[in-house]
This record gives sequence, C-alpha cells and structure tokens, in this order.
Amino acid sequence: MMHDFAVRIGPVGFRVGSDWRAPVAALADLYRDYPAPQDGIADFTVRLFADRPWRRFIRPRVMIGGDYVLPEAAPLSLRHGLLAAEMAMNLQMALGQRRFLLLHAATVERDGRALVMTGESGAGKSTLAALLMTRGWRLMGDEFALLDPESGMVYAFPRLISLKNRAIDVMAAAAPGGRFGPLLADTPKGAIRHLVPDARSIAAMETPARPALILFPTFGHDDAAREVSPSEVFVRLTQASTNYVSLAERGFTALTRLVTTVPARAIDYPDTERAIARVEALWAAL
Amino acid sequence: MGRAVTSADGRLLARALADPASTATLDGAGWQALLAMARAELLSAALACRLQGLPMPPAARRFLDDALASFEQGRTVALWEAEMARRALAPLGVPVVMLKGSAFLAAGLAAGQGRFVGDLDIMVPHEAIGAVEAALLDAGWEWVKPDPYDDAYYRQWMHELPPMIHRERDRMIDVHHTILPLTARPTPDAAAMIADSVALENGLRVPSPQDMICHAAAHLFADGDLAGGMRNLWDIHCLIGEFGTEGLAARAVQHGVEAAVARAVRQAGLLYGTDIPDRWRVRGPLDPLFTRRLTARDGWGREARPITRQAFYVRSHWLRMPPAMLARHLWTKWRKRGQPS
Repeated sequence: MMHDFAVRIGPVGFRVGSDWRAPVAALADLYRDYPAPQDGIADFTVRLFADRPWRRFIRPRVMIGGDYVLPEAAPLSLRHGLLAAEMAMNLQMALGQRRFLLLHAATVERDGRALVMTGESGAGKSTLAALLMTRGWRLMGDEFALLDPESGMVYAFPRLISLKNRAIDVMAAAAPGGRFGPLLADTPKGAIRHLVPDARSIAAMETPARPALILFPTFGHDDAAREVSPSEVFVRLTQASTNYVSLAERGFTALTRLVTTVPARAIDYPDTERAIARVEALWAAL
Repeated sequence: MGRAVTSADGRLLARALADPASTATLDGAGWQALLAMARAELLSAALACRLQGLPMPPAARRFLDDALASFEQGRTVALWEAEMARRALAPLGVPVVMLKGSAFLAAGLAAGQGRFVGDLDIMVPHEAIGAVEAALLDAGWEWVKPDPYDDAYYRQWMHELPPMIHRERDRMIDVHHTILPLTARPTPDAAAMIADSVALENGLRVPSPQDMICHAAAHLFADGDLAGGMRNLWDIHCLIGEFGTEGLAARAVQHGVEAAVARAVRQAGLLYGTDIPDRWRVRGPLDPLFTRRLTARDGWGREARPITRQAFYVRSHWLRMPPAMLARHLWTKWRKRGQPS
C-alpha cells in the first residue's frame, strides 16, 4: 500500500498499510521505541483505505480492513485515523488470535506476578492500569491479557493506552512526563488520547508473568471488596474473552486452571486514590 | 518492503503449495506476502501442512503452527456437525452424501489436509428433500433467509434448499439435491452421483473420486465468479494427485460438465503443476484470463484486478440463468436493495 508501518507489541507483530500518510506517521511516532516484527514477518495485517477513490481526498473517510474484518464496521474520519489503526489492530487480535486465550483485561506486573483487571467498558481498567504504571508497576497492557494455554503465564500486550474522556485529565496530572498522542475529539467513543507505556514496560514486554490476582473493578460505588467464586470468575471471563469458543478445549483447560489457582476479588471504588489503596492492600495480603 | 510485495500475486502462493522447497529463497517481505495471501485465500493451514518439516524463519513457523491448530479444531467441529446431521437423518433411511470439505475430511483425503470447512454440505435424493427438511427443522436447524422471494427462488430454481443454521451450534447446513442450479445449462446426473457414492464406516457417504472432481470443477467454472478459486482449484489438484484422471472424462460428459472439468484440470496443471495426461493439456484462448482471475490477490491480502473480477462476476450470473430471467431477478433484487435480508 502507499504508506506502511510495522511494529511488534509483546509477542505479536503487526503491519499497517494506509492510503494516507497521517495515520502511519502518528503510529510511527508513538511506537518509535518498539521493535519491528520478528524476522520482518507480522502475524496480522491491517489496512486503512478509502472505499471510493475520491474519498482519499474529499471528506476523507477511513475504512478499517485487514486479515479479519467485521462486515458492519463503520468508517472513521481521517482526523481519527490513529484511532482507526488502533481499532483495526485490536480487531485482528479479537477475531484472529489463536495462540493465546485472549482476556479483555488490563494487566500490570510486580515482582514477576501479574494483576489482571477485567470488567465492563467504563469500569476504569485502563485508568487504573495507567495509574499503577506511574507508581512502580510494569504495565503489561490495558486492553488484552494474553494467557498462554501451555504454561498458564500471562504475556504482555502493551499497546498504546487508550484514555477516554475524564481519564485524559486524570493521567495528564498523574504522568506529567508521559508521552501523549494527539487529542482525538468527538470520536464515536467520545474524546480519546493515547498514552505511550513507559520505557520499562516497553523494554520488558517480552517477559511473561505468573497471574497472581484477578480483579473486577467497578467505578462509582462506595469503597468495598468481596471475594468472587471460581465458578463466577469462569463465567465472567468466558464473556470477557473474544476467542474462548474458537480455542475450544485448549481455552477451557487454560481458563479452568486460571480460575482454580488464582484468587479473585470484586472491588467498588468511588475515586482512583481509594482504588489504588485497595489494590495495594489486596496485593500485600496475598 | 512496499513495491516487491505489492507486485506479487497469487502465483507466489501457488508456487509455495506446489513446490514447498521454493520457499527457501523467500526473504521476510516474501514470507509476509505469502502468508497474507494464504490467509486471505483460506489456504494457510493447507500451506502449513505442505511446509511441515522445512526450514523457515521462526515467525513464519509460528504463524503456520497457529493455522494448523486452528484447522485441527475446525476439523473436529466439522466432523461433529456431520455426525449431528447423520443422527438427525438416520431414521429416514435415505442416503446422505457429504460434499466438498466435509467429505474430504471425513474420508481422510489429501484434499482434506489443512482444508478449512465452513458450512456442512450434504446431498440427498430429490424425492427425499421434503422429509430431510422436516427432520432437520425438527432437530434444531432453522431458516437463515426469511425473505419470501429468496425462499421461493431457492425452492424453484436452486440446486439446494435455502440455507439453514443450527440454533445452538450456530453452524450452517446446505442441503443439495443436485450440484448445479436448475437454471444453469448443464444438467448433472444427481441420481448417478448418489448411486455411485461410497459409504463410510458411520453410514454417511462421500461421492466417488471422479464425482468429487466433477463437482469441484462445476462449482468453480460453471457456477460461481471464481472467488476463493485458488482453494477450490487446490482441492482439484489434490484429488487428481490422489486418484488420477481415469474415468474422469466419461463421467464429466455424463454430468454435462465436460468443459468445466477440462478447464479445471488444465488450470490445475497451469497453476499447481498437477500431473495430468497430455491429452488434457489442450490450450484454450481464455486460459490466461482465467489464471489472471484466479491469482488476483496481492501481497497485502487484498483482492486485486477489479475489472477482471467484475467481468467474472457478470459471467457467473450469465452462466446461472437465461437472460430474461436474469433481468427479472436483478430487477427484484434492485427494488429490494438496502432492505435487511
């Protein structure tokens, strides 16, 4: 394609081709400290293209394509080309990943052990993970945790942290030295701004971690925590996985092992400070 | 990497399938283009089977190992789906012949190695079609297309029932009573296909090797627009490799698909170097155009050559139905455009 870019995020290589220079230039800048795909061979191909030739220039509209596509995926404005690229990369993982059991979760690591936070969109996983990153944790990823069925280890997938709406200001204050992408206003998901994971998270992205705690955070309620039974964790994680069904027995075995060996807690939090304190207390009590 | 990869076409994939050792000269960009094409043509697991044991970059090996694992899971699901249909239809006592990918997998054929299977395709005698439909509905399958025009169209003119999907397993079944639409010019001998089919251990049947080749060829060259044609032609290559061409010409004449079969055998020889007798190697003036359409895929996994594709799309409708009927059909479809189907 006219413009292209390749990157490795954790164990996964991507190649992005685009009809326009801008999205690829934004990616190349934000991912400049990341390595290239192993052997120059990406696992997934992403394509950003104009559905009609004139759409390249007149009210340019970015269609999302690649190895795996959703037929009803809506185009985005070229202003949001970076978001289109990130969405397309996530889509390849969600639909095409077969090596790892994919959990829709944010993951951080300390002392070789991983804290896996999952929950509905808007529960604040990305923000919590980004905040923990500024306080000595290694960020493994804010979108997908990659569970290796063979070893039971979690692999990092530290793509750009996608901050939405209020989280943008929270992180601007919490990570003043952080590298942020452009502010994308009025996207279908509201305002979005990407934060590049810190140098340490990028440098260690090939190192997996043993899962030690599964957390289901919910924002907006009084400070509280409760245990979650393995059976409930199992059901919630099957819902949080995009490829549990296609991995079949491997997925079932991997998930069963995870929920029977790793404790789980649900926490409610009224503000991020208390969430962080709660996380540290739970972690210390393990 | 841009230029070299973009200029590649499906022949890169064909060469790797036909001559796995040829991949030894690929660089990173070459592998990338090959793997993207293989995935787009649903041939990545077939490629993985062919390249097993050969040296390759670790990233390519990982890619192909994933494709293979995916295929193994797909095979389990496809065979289970066939078993579900067998159980639903066993009480009827009618012969049930599996077609295409399911048949290759169930019979353990070379064409089944790395073959992705989507829908379950079966063929039953025309007179049993009503009973089969009722038995499937009873066992949990339901209609996919509630549109009355589509439904009536299928029942009057197609070679199969309107597609059904199982409400719990979410898998489609296509129930055929012959192998080409009734509106197409050739009239295959469906009764002979069923009579000469071969029973497997579980009671399900697969067509004779010659009929499998005739069906694949008819599907590719006398019906569709050649979309996904590299995979269909790879099926044909594997079937000929395993069973040869003995008796194929006579069988093709019996089904009225001799032109499609001759073209399929020839194209397999051109694209995959299939070992075929010299008398099948008669050059046709349109052969390069067909090759051009079959290999219209670029190193980014994109469909290439839009004009060629469009021409074959028009051809597919021309083959499928007479002109007046085509006009009526397209008019109806045009008036219903934009409505959810």
